[in-house]
Amino acid sequence: MASVVTNQEHPPGGTARLDARGLLCPLPVIRTQDKIRTLNVGDVLEVVATDPGVLHDIPAWCRVHGHRLLTTERHTGSFYFKIKVTP
Amino acid sequence: MEIQDKNADVPKRAAALISGGLDSMLAAKIILDQGVDVEGVNFFTGFCVEGHTHAIRKKDRSREKRNNALWVAEQLGIKLHIVDVIDEYKDIVLNPKHGYGANLNPCLDCKIFMVNKALTQDVLDRGFDFVITGEVIGQRPKSQRADTMPVIARESGAGDRLLRPLCALNLPPTLPEREGWVDRGKLYGFHGRDRKPQMALAKSLGFTDYAQPAGGCCFLTDPRYAGKLADLWDARGERDYDFDDIMLLKVGRHIRPAPHYKLIVGREEGENNFLSGYRRRFVHLNTVSHTGPLTLIDGKPKQGDLLLAARIAARYSQGRGAEKVSVSVHHPSGVTEELRVEPLPPTELEPAWHVGG
Ligand code: SF4
Repeated sequence: MASVVTNQEHPPGGTARLDARGLLCPLPVIRTQDKIRTLNVGDVLEVVATDPGVLHDIPAWCRVHGHRLLTTERHTGSFYFKIKVTP
Repeated sequence: MEIQDKNADVPKRAAALISGGLDSMLAAKIILDQGVDVEGVNFFTGFCVEGHTHAIRKKDRSREKRNNALWVAEQLGIKLHIVDVIDEYKDIVLNPKHGYGANLNPCLDCKIFMVNKALTQDVLDRGFDFVITGEVIGQRPKSQRADTMPVIARESGAGDRLLRPLCALNLPPTLPEREGWVDRGKLYGFHGRDRKPQMALAKSLGFTDYAQPAGGCCFLTDPRYAGKLADLWDARGERDYDFDDIMLLKVGRHIRPAPHYKLIVGREEGENNFLSGYRRRFVHLNTVSHTGPLTLIDGKPKQGDLLLAARIAARYSQGRGAEKVSVSVHHPSGVTEELRVEPLPPTELEPAWHVGG
């Protein structure tokens, strides 16, 4: 797996997953936003998506909302993100 | 810090409609600079120009992939809530009380819907005191006129909690101005189609890079797209659509040789890949002997129509100059047949078959 950005840490909270494969932007970021609304501070959300637009949108959305993007990885046509929910 | 007025210790909250374009960015910035706590809202209707075409077409990939609304929020340092309104928006497109603009764009109903939706607090993290838009009187002939401004305020339910900072001086003072939450003296009186005042304001606020969508923020203002949507309604005998329909209208050549079926022919690899995701639900064609497009058939083609469909698919393949091209026809049942056809000469492809012009 080729790592694009790595800032790994061990999550203290729970882990949730979101499969946004096949969805075109901005739907993956909308689904991410809606999912994070249901999580607790400290939880980690793992997102997988296929639209390359997510490489821009998900980091931008995390910056705008102050959530922490732990990792971004690319593997056989899919993009994987780990996002830590912050207050 | 010195407290300047009775409201200073309790910042008022505003929801700003953020399209990703310049006007809504300026409107939010003007209010943000007055110490108001602003959060952005952006609605995804399914018709937004933003996003997908980048992912689909190679030719568009060289362009910036950013989501402009998110980019604006980042520039302003505000939160942005992107809201999926695909299902609810259908009623606006199908039954606009105030009618359409030049194409199938129901701009006035759309604005009323969006302001109203921003008022419903479930799209935002917290409650708020007023709504901001980047509307300018006279900017758009259908929806941004002096007589439509009060209609939007009234029918959205926002009333005088709807503030348009760019043209506020041409309108009666709203509640945020009367209450002193914002200083009317720092609002603007822009009007008409001239974009120079906005551009000058952008410059003075230090914004040099911003999106300038031509014509409108969605595909419904595009005559070719609107033509394809109208054709879909005609062909099906009812005005309805689902999300996949409106996505497919953004992709490929749409060719309708007869009322009961149309072909969607991929124009390049990116479109072929996108169409490939839908292939199991449609009769679809691949050229076998030559490199060529993926073609979906929407509607109810009869067996005899498949020959013409195959000839059209062959016409858009590398074998367009060949005597014969092999085309495989896949049915949703799993049955596949192969046809050897003569590519349709361009002169036999009726111009009227091209949906949307
Ligand atoms: S251009 Fe489209 S999104 Fe913009 S106001 Fe008109 S209908 Fe709504």
